[in-house]
Amino acid sequence: MNAVEIEKIVRDKLSGRVPSKTVEEAIDTLKRYADRLTKEEIERIAELIIEEYVSNTVDPGEPVGTVAAQSIGEPSTQMTLRTFHYAGVRELNVTLGLPRLIELVDAKKTPSTPLMYVYLQEPYNRDENKAKEIARLIELTKVENVAKRVDVDVFANAVIIELDPEMLEDKGLTVDDVKRALDRLKSRKARVRISEDNPYEIVVEFAEGIDPSKIERLRDRILRIKIKGVRGVNKVIIQKRENEYVLVCEGSNIAEVMRIPGVDYRRVRTNSVKEVEEVLGIEAARTLLIEEIMDVLEEQGLDVDIRHVMLVADMMTRSGTVKQIGRHGIAGEKDSPLARAAFEVTVKNLVDAAVRGEIDNLWGVTESVIVGNYIPVGTSKVKLVYNPYVK
Amino acid sequence: MEEKVIAKIKFGILSPDEIRKMSVATIVSPETYDEDGTPLRGSVMDPRLGAIEPGQVCPVCGNTMAMCPGHFGHIELALPVINVLFVRHIYDLLRATCANCSRVKLPPEEVDKYRNYLRRLQKRYPKLAKRFAEYLKKRAIKTSICPYCGLKQPKIKLEKPTTFYEVGEEKREMIRLSPIDIRRRFENIPDEDLELVGFDPRDSRPEWMIMTVLPVPPTTIRPSILVETGIRSEDDLTHKLVDIIRVNERLREHIAAGAPQIIIEDLWELLQYHVTTYLDNEVPGIPPAKHRSGRPLKTLAQRLKGKEGRFRGNLSGKRVDFSARTVISPDPYLSINEVGVPLDIAKILTVPERVTPWNIDELRKYVLNGPFKWPGANYVIKPDGRRIDLRYVRDRKTIAETLAPGWIVERHLKDGDIVLFNRQPSLHRMSMMGHIVRVLPGKTFRLHLSVCPPYNADFDGDEMNLHVPQTEEARAEARELTLVQNHILTPRYGGMIIGAIQDYISGAYILTSKATLLTREDVIDLLAAAKYVGPIPEPAILSPREFWTGKQVISMFLPDDFNYHGRANISAGHLKCDDIECFWDSYVVVRKGKLLLGVLDKKSIGAEQCENLLHWLTKEYGVEYAKEFMDHLFRMFIRVLEKRGFTMRLDDVAIPEEAKREIENILKEAFEKVRELVQQYVEGKLELLPARTPEETLEIKILEVLAEARDRAGEAAAKYLDPFNYAFVMARTGARGNILNLTQMAAALGQMTVRGERIWRGYMGRPLPHFEKDDLGPLARGFVVNSFYSGLSPTEMFFHAAGGREGLVDTAVRTSQSGYMQRRLINALQDLYVEYDGTVRNADGSIVQFVYGEDGVDPMRATHQKAVNVERIVERVAGWKL
Repeated sequence: MNAVEIEKIVRDKLSGRVPSKTVEEAIDTLKRYADRLTKEEIERIAELIIEEYVSNTVDPGEPVGTVAAQSIGEPSTQMTLRTFHYAGVRELNVTLGLPRLIELVDAKKTPSTPLMYVYLQEPYNRDENKAKEIARLIELTKVENVAKRVDVDVFANAVIIELDPEMLEDKGLTVDDVKRALDRLKSRKARVRISEDNPYEIVVEFAEGIDPSKIERLRDRILRIKIKGVRGVNKVIIQKRENEYVLVCEGSNIAEVMRIPGVDYRRVRTNSVKEVEEVLGIEAARTLLIEEIMDVLEEQGLDVDIRHVMLVADMMTRSGTVKQIGRHGIAGEKDSPLARAAFEVTVKNLVDAAVRGEIDNLWGVTESVIVGNYIPVGTSKVKLVYNPYVK
Repeated sequence: MEEKVIAKIKFGILSPDEIRKMSVATIVSPETYDEDGTPLRGSVMDPRLGAIEPGQVCPVCGNTMAMCPGHFGHIELALPVINVLFVRHIYDLLRATCANCSRVKLPPEEVDKYRNYLRRLQKRYPKLAKRFAEYLKKRAIKTSICPYCGLKQPKIKLEKPTTFYEVGEEKREMIRLSPIDIRRRFENIPDEDLELVGFDPRDSRPEWMIMTVLPVPPTTIRPSILVETGIRSEDDLTHKLVDIIRVNERLREHIAAGAPQIIIEDLWELLQYHVTTYLDNEVPGIPPAKHRSGRPLKTLAQRLKGKEGRFRGNLSGKRVDFSARTVISPDPYLSINEVGVPLDIAKILTVPERVTPWNIDELRKYVLNGPFKWPGANYVIKPDGRRIDLRYVRDRKTIAETLAPGWIVERHLKDGDIVLFNRQPSLHRMSMMGHIVRVLPGKTFRLHLSVCPPYNADFDGDEMNLHVPQTEEARAEARELTLVQNHILTPRYGGMIIGAIQDYISGAYILTSKATLLTREDVIDLLAAAKYVGPIPEPAILSPREFWTGKQVISMFLPDDFNYHGRANISAGHLKCDDIECFWDSYVVVRKGKLLLGVLDKKSIGAEQCENLLHWLTKEYGVEYAKEFMDHLFRMFIRVLEKRGFTMRLDDVAIPEEAKREIENILKEAFEKVRELVQQYVEGKLELLPARTPEETLEIKILEVLAEARDRAGEAAAKYLDPFNYAFVMARTGARGNILNLTQMAAALGQMTVRGERIWRGYMGRPLPHFEKDDLGPLARGFVVNSFYSGLSPTEMFFHAAGGREGLVDTAVRTSQSGYMQRRLINALQDLYVEYDGTVRNADGSIVQFVYGEDGVDPMRATHQKAVNVERIVERVAGWKL
């Protein structure tokens, strides 16, 4: 059999009857064996594929939610609690394992270790130095990162900042850059100048006297002044992946980073679900949620079907915003007061239900168990009764 | 009797009228019993509140204790008190309504619009209606001038827990709002206005949140306990009710007598306190009511709350009859879907069986045997519903004879019955599976070893539970859905969770290995163990003697049209093979039902594996076939080990002198490298890793060097181990243990870590006083050069214990965390199901996914996440020639 014929037979037989992914897979696979298979065999294979697909579909009534919850919950007992692990080549610590999984289903605003992978456009991704240019633009640089020493001279009413030339060079800054950043600090009539006797020394003179009790605070404030970079991104590491340079950032702020020229905004990636929801929308958030949960499970060597994870992500995102699994999210917004009371904060839920005169329709599992009805999933979902008198 | 199903439940607040209507007695007396101990009428133990003693007939409903549901009474409060549970709502409503005219402070011209909108929302989007009402309430609270009467609103202050004040405008004087005042205000709020702020005026008028009548729960709800000494000990609720009545009566007398305002207010306050703690004894801001012993009382809210509360403890989960629990132990001679039940348990657990003409003789025999002789029966139920306890029947013969179709006999558990078997924690559905009963002598439940992975059970003292389904429907479902063979495949990843473990794998390996040749006697013995009946194939070797190979024996159990190829577990390291040309016999090939090449080990038949030989057999020939296959073959594998002997001994991890020297050299080399690294660090010449401090860099590098050294030491040791050394066989085939375990036993334990770091905590600059200060060398930071074989030095042993302790703490912390996460996941997802149209829907029928998992495939039946495994189908059809 030749490849064209195979493709024709398979397409004729399969398309529309099994998922297109399977059709393509079948064609690819069969082409590999093209020289060794007869027509009859290929037809037989196609039939078996259809048969297999049909028998592999879910049964109506299947409690897929419970199965998904169990399939994610059960392996999580086997996870190691060891929070930190190195992402990539030991440069950054990332929360992984159970704490990360909990963080994801909790829909936390910011991950405990926000991380961003910034891919670059040509030519920046080919040359390490060019990549470094962008890295410098992104990395948040504060005065404390380039200062060797910060003194407060109470008598002269001045703060003296001595800069570290090495650090300046590393960050691609000049003394003037720092001066300009300090200028922007529009605080109480301060005058910023570069010291005469040391080109790396900046003196900030204040008109008013410095309150001795506030020296520490003043120092801190000056140290924390942003010189350049993207807010939230504290560290940028350049990594070589395959044949391009990628920036790995500690801290996440994709809205800002995507605006920087040279950044391949299509491939910017973060691990902050909330941020993706805000910037890229709910579908993107869902996809990220699935990928992040799968990554956590895979990293721990746990095998979980992606369908379970998709179901969790769909439940979390189906209202249009990312909702937590738990009291302040899905479980807390159930229609049934009984189900809510049986989960957490029992008394408050009952009292609120009383005030509103809420009605429990007993449609869910928990409510049904409470009142002693059959649960509305699986075999008790079927309401078929055989009537012997109907012919 | 007509079967009634609860359709829905509406929540609301009890109105004083309702309370009085449902009450059977006004409770006024603080004394509960008279001198001879009979409960007083009009007290909290009033007999009208329900029959509580055996033989007593309830004066209200005429039932005895077993049938009387109990009846409510009521207390007429002398003055109204606030219901603490509603303070939040009272506070909000006070602020949202006008102090003068009691209207909700929303612009009159817009109110109608809002009301219509709210009603429409209520029909279509109840959740939005809730939020909208919440928003209207907030708006009304913010309005400072009443849009109806124009009164400037005074500020309302809530002093926790139950006191309200009105703050005057200028002088900041605080005017106390008594419950009477609040109640009056609430009474004047019109129904239409209440609707706007989320109240349901029909079933929860706000004035009902201030109580004028207190319901007294029936005595069945708060039983008193008789202590052996004859002293009665009352329930916490009863105590609290007595307190309330006492204060209430005093208050009533004082009011009648015209006592000064201060006294009345004090008593009122006290009444409020008692009612508050009666409802909820954990209200912040007031001391909880205590028992004489100092234990806080468990009042109404406490009864509902928490894990052991009414909701989670009694309504969502219930205690059941017809269950048993005991220690488990293994029995390889059972089928995988059987459970061995001790005789003593089988005589207590019963199955109700309806008498029919076809089973009457058998059931007569059971009745004759009685409750103490197995197989017997414990009860007989007559068609009129009367139940005869066979323990107290002197003449069982007459009963056996009168037995007729329509009667029900509760007979003992016997072989072939179906039961549900469970081990906690029940983390997935495989934690509770249906088993077929085998009644056995002994005191433990017996189970097949292959079902240990799904239950996560071992036999170090584990206990398991057993439940006997009582109805025909339940038994039918148990047989169709829950039986063990239906759970060979797990929905978690579409692979096998039941398969060969431990000795089964070792046995399979030994049997199928090329070195095994079997004589006719051997073959017969093995086949007998597998209960094989049929011809024996021609031997592989005819001369000088007849010999069969293990692969031939296996082939006898494989279906004739079965093709398979895949790597074996031993295919690793220098035994690695990627295709059929395999010198090491580590590539399994089955064609037309004949095992041609390769050894069977974990990869082909093991549990918790995907897309292996056993998995395809299960999928293509059905779970019943897989069950039989495992029952028979696994017994044979055990027989192989029994015949040959298989044990791990100390010598298995002993290595020769030269190996020891080699390991020593490897470690020495590594130590030298570490010394150099430290040297570089001290001199500041260490090349830093990006974004790391010198200290971190040093630690990372040292850890790398040492880990590598340990691995190399392990390899060196493995080189000297006999390939048929039992420990080594187990590690290679995946039966038990891994190469790392062997390394630690034979070569060296390697670096001990705490929190992923070398151990450094303890003394200043050193973990133990045995070392010099600031010694950064391997030995002073928890590297163990000895092996379990050679024995650990005292310091090494300490480091090892430190590392081990971390693991224990880790497990303890993790279980609680992941348990809570799973509870939340289940709670969030439990209502989802697949509808007949293939969509996934929530409890209310709203769609969550249009096609389950984007392709509608059941994860259990998908082969390792793939909808259809095309590769496998090709093999099925044409595998014999590829």
